[in-house]
Amino acid sequence: MKFINDNILSIVVFLPLVGAILLAFFPRRDRDIRYFALAVSLLTLLASLHLPWYFVRGQSGFQFEADSQWITHPNIHYHLGIDGISLWLVVLTTFLMPLCVLISWKSIGDRVKEFFILMLILETAMIGVFVALDLFLFYFFWEATLIPMALIIGMYGHGRKIYAAVKFFLYTMIASVFMLAAIIWLYARTGSFDFVTIQSAIQSGQIAGFSQAALWLFLGFFVAFAVKVPLFPVHTWLPDAHVEAPTAGSVLLAGVLLKMGTYGLLRFNLGLFPEEARRNAPWIIALAIIGIIYGSLVAMIQPNIKRLIAYTSVSHLGFVVLGIFSFTQLGVDGAVYQMLSHGVSTGALFMLLGMIYDRRHTYEITEYGGLATPMPVFATFFAFIMLSSVGLPLLNGFIGEFLVLSGAFQAKQLYGILAATGVIWSACYLLWMYQRVFYGNVTVTANNSLRDLDARERVSLWPLVIAALVMGVAPTLWLNSIDPAVSAALKQFSAITQAAAPATIHVTQVVSQVIGR
Amino acid sequence: MIPAVDYIRILPELVLSVFGIIVMMIDPLIPAHGSKKPLGIIAIIGILAGLAATAFQTGFYGNAFYNTIRVDTFSVFFHVVVLLIALVVSLTSLEYLEVQRIRSGEYYALVLFGTVGMMLMSAAVELVLIFIALEISSISTYILAGMRRRAAESAEASLKYFLLGSFATAFFLYGVALVFGATGTTNVYGIAQYLQGQSSLVVYLAVGLMFVGLGFKVASAPFHVWTPDVYEGSPAPVVAFMSTGPKAAAFAVLLRVLFATGAPGWFWMVWVSAALSMTLGNIGALVQQNVKRLLAYSSIAHAGYLLVAFAAAQQVGISAAIFYAASYAAMNVGAFAVISHFASTGEKYVTLDDYAGLGRRSPLLAAILTIFLLSLIGIPVTGGFFAKFYVFSAALQSHLVGLTIIGVINSAVAAYYYLRVIVYMYMRDERGDIPVARIPAGLGIGLAISLIATIYLGVLPGRVLDYAMQSAQDLMK
Repeated sequence: MKFINDNILSIVVFLPLVGAILLAFFPRRDRDIRYFALAVSLLTLLASLHLPWYFVRGQSGFQFEADSQWITHPNIHYHLGIDGISLWLVVLTTFLMPLCVLISWKSIGDRVKEFFILMLILETAMIGVFVALDLFLFYFFWEATLIPMALIIGMYGHGRKIYAAVKFFLYTMIASVFMLAAIIWLYARTGSFDFVTIQSAIQSGQIAGFSQAALWLFLGFFVAFAVKVPLFPVHTWLPDAHVEAPTAGSVLLAGVLLKMGTYGLLRFNLGLFPEEARRNAPWIIALAIIGIIYGSLVAMIQPNIKRLIAYTSVSHLGFVVLGIFSFTQLGVDGAVYQMLSHGVSTGALFMLLGMIYDRRHTYEITEYGGLATPMPVFATFFAFIMLSSVGLPLLNGFIGEFLVLSGAFQAKQLYGILAATGVIWSACYLLWMYQRVFYGNVTVTANNSLRDLDARERVSLWPLVIAALVMGVAPTLWLNSIDPAVSAALKQFSAITQAAAPATIHVTQVVSQVIGR
Repeated sequence: MIPAVDYIRILPELVLSVFGIIVMMIDPLIPAHGSKKPLGIIAIIGILAGLAATAFQTGFYGNAFYNTIRVDTFSVFFHVVVLLIALVVSLTSLEYLEVQRIRSGEYYALVLFGTVGMMLMSAAVELVLIFIALEISSISTYILAGMRRRAAESAEASLKYFLLGSFATAFFLYGVALVFGATGTTNVYGIAQYLQGQSSLVVYLAVGLMFVGLGFKVASAPFHVWTPDVYEGSPAPVVAFMSTGPKAAAFAVLLRVLFATGAPGWFWMVWVSAALSMTLGNIGALVQQNVKRLLAYSSIAHAGYLLVAFAAAQQVGISAAIFYAASYAAMNVGAFAVISHFASTGEKYVTLDDYAGLGRRSPLLAAILTIFLLSLIGIPVTGGFFAKFYVFSAALQSHLVGLTIIGVINSAVAAYYYLRVIVYMYMRDERGDIPVARIPAGLGIGLAISLIATIYLGVLPGRVLDYAMQSAQDLMK
């Protein structure tokens, strides 16, 4: 067991890569390739379930750590480890992956081999981002997510796919150069890329010239993550990338890649520069709230369903950023929970859109109407997932938003009031869209003959539906490992944060009161 | 009496010269219209023998021939780099010459002689010998550039390269003369001794002139204007050769001339040249439609990145420069090997439009080229990433913040045009029917070597970097 615990993270990270390499030598028979990719992603999921199973709850700090020297000059370590925050992000990634393989089963009919190779490489890179504890290694994986995703959008997307792929690539690439500069600066002063080492060096004030540089370092990391989240003024790549990407690409983009940004904010911007984070919080929160409201309003008027859902991500991720920068236990807990729940709901929404696109090859709302008649099962799934995204109590979206809003109120009432309008907006645009697409008479004759969901499609949706329900009913399953990690992350804030929450309120108490258990 | 060990210290050069002569002697025995492949195979054997000789040399570090040659980790490192470049180029040429119907046996001999010149450049510590080595390598490449005799642009390339090249070497020679006048010696380490604590205006002038001459060889701005035309006209494998081999060797010489001598007054020269090369190279590349021209401009930009490491000066900078030279050689030689295969008879297919849909027609070749291009951008898991990383961190350690910012902005700009090639290959529909021949064995081996080198440097750069640091130390001794 010790051997497994020591190496499980490496296994989870590199299993998909090994699968991709094997796939490269596979004969070009599409069916086998699909089954093989599915097997690899399921195997990775299975391996990753080891993590929550043996994760010691109620304990802060990193677990399942692996640390060995990778390169001596500069001093780069292969250092992996997870805490309660990254634990679930890893599982979210491995959980979405087999579903993405299933959803691409038929919609990817050309260059199938390349597609699944890219998907598996992407999985390795994404998991790597969440488990890397060496800043250099983190940057390494961070950049490595870029190429496969850009290629997936550009090769398998539709419409203005090249424009979308290049825009996505350049936005992220240019922004992350600033992060690299900040990382190198830290290395030059500490002689280490290790997250824990650098963190303690900063806390003890050993780094010469840190206080002058801190703002720039904070911004260096912040720019890279803000583009990825995406935060309000730098979000413009997102709608393009989402609309043109193939379904699996959208699912992973919304489900996992955006979380890399919020995870980075939480881990690095808060973890390394607490003082700067606090100082800059007002304008960051302002941007987050603008994102919540602006994203909703723009979503409301979109004539294209996929673009509409893409803008909801801007809004929902605004909640996450708001929660993180509220610096309250409830807010940050909620932010992490919202990350997971957004991955499930929005991932499912994109999968549903992919299914309808496979049938009609359009995302225009005017092309639909009255779909509930020919496709009742589809409509039911869609309604359920939509409600979870709106934040209906007893479904996953509610818990995250509620906790974030509670945290925001604790930090400053105005934040909570403004952000709470976002909940109303999200009900507006999603319900209105649902009404236009599913209710009424069938307006376009082509829609009369649409097939309802087949077995494969149902199989790929059920796990997400179940996850949405369980996450809404029993959030403590997740929160009891998230909570200690968050309170550890916030520990250094209690000294400097004036907006101290009433410390006695414990998250599980609040949650159980809310859901009445 | 010259001790026998001196001959071991020039053994790789001797081996390659002998094989070059053998190639020349066998060439007339092959009928005029016969295949010249056997000559290529002899050349490849020669290069492998040269590699073995270099490995053998590692037991015999020291000076030779009245302190004109110096075998140390530095020279051995560049020997290996140059020999591997020559190996990949010869492997690529086996097929290329057949396809292009170039029936010149001297091609391989010239590759070997050129390699001898480059190896000698990295081992020589005597300015006059450096000059001779520079000429050996240059003259070989001048002729090689004109090997596509039926194409006017190849003749143009050859002539342009020759005229401007001789002009530039003259500058170098002037510099050498002035150094001799000022210090009374042309030995690098002798100069270093003399220059300790004193310098004169003449020395500043000499360093400037030598920098002009070598700047031409490495294609750094403002001495870069010849590059796009020459690269466009020359045969693709030759471009692979001259965009990496002479460049690496010239950088080796530059390292010796600037650092081992402790010469003064080069800092702002290097700084300006680095900034100009990066900026002009990348801006030029943005608008190119011809892939060879695009990579020509990119090679100017890469010379600029390398010069950033020079400006950083200290040991970290020198080792970063050495590492950069090696990884640039690996990825660029590989990229040109793919291009030369794809160019087809008469180099018809060299524009971006011809690359549209390559990912579908030839998935393997496209994937390999993609890896080289990603390495040129500087994406992790490839050698190009660590190369850039070491260069910029060395620059930061020397507080060259301005130059680092210019460099980082430039690498971001560069991502765009490399990406354009990838976009064409994978995301555009193919235009017409362009046949792609199967990958022949020679090219396959050549590509495998450069691919493994690129990935190895990107995943486990530690050993090569340690060696580069050792070389940097040896260089300064």
